[in-house]
Amino acid sequence: MSGLGEADQKELQAFLDAEQAKARVQSSIHTFTDRCWDQCITSSIGARFGRGEEACLSNCVERFLDTSLFIVKKLEEQRGQ
Amino acid sequence: MDFSALSGVKGANAAEKKEAIKQQVSSELAMANAQQLITKATEKCYTKCVTSPGSSLSSKEETCITRCLERYFEAFNIVSSTYVRRVSNERNSVTNNMI
Repeated sequence: MSGLGEADQKELQAFLDAEQAKARVQSSIHTFTDRCWDQCITSSIGARFGRGEEACLSNCVERFLDTSLFIVKKLEEQRGQ
Repeated sequence: MDFSALSGVKGANAAEKKEAIKQQVSSELAMANAQQLITKATEKCYTKCVTSPGSSLSSKEETCITRCLERYFEAFNIVSSTYVRRVSNERNSVTNNMI
């Protein structure tokens, strides 16, 4: 990165951090889509999603995150005892 | 990431160099994301649609793959908007708790 001043380097670093955060989010979304597809799209593929499949995909993401938060909370409680 | 192409940008001022780096990073990330989506969709749709592989893809299998691809992209978008909404809600509630 030669030839760039300190302000430019700082700006680039901030840009790279933001892109890295974006990459992490995209990677989570791929993982969720993979997991939730297997769990929710169980019947044969139609021209559109069947009843319940769309809601299942959304619930799958929400409940996974709930599970993750719940486990963290439980472990924190146990540690406090 | 490969920035070597950029060092050779002759006569480019700092602002141009900076923009070139940003654009290259953004486009490489977008490309990696698209590749990941295609790889996953291929895996899922092969499993769903080609249950007993023959000497070529049948028209029935091709119809299934076409639909499956559309459904996978749709699923990706549903998951994406749910995840983004949830993360932004959590962030807001954390901020509110701290105030």
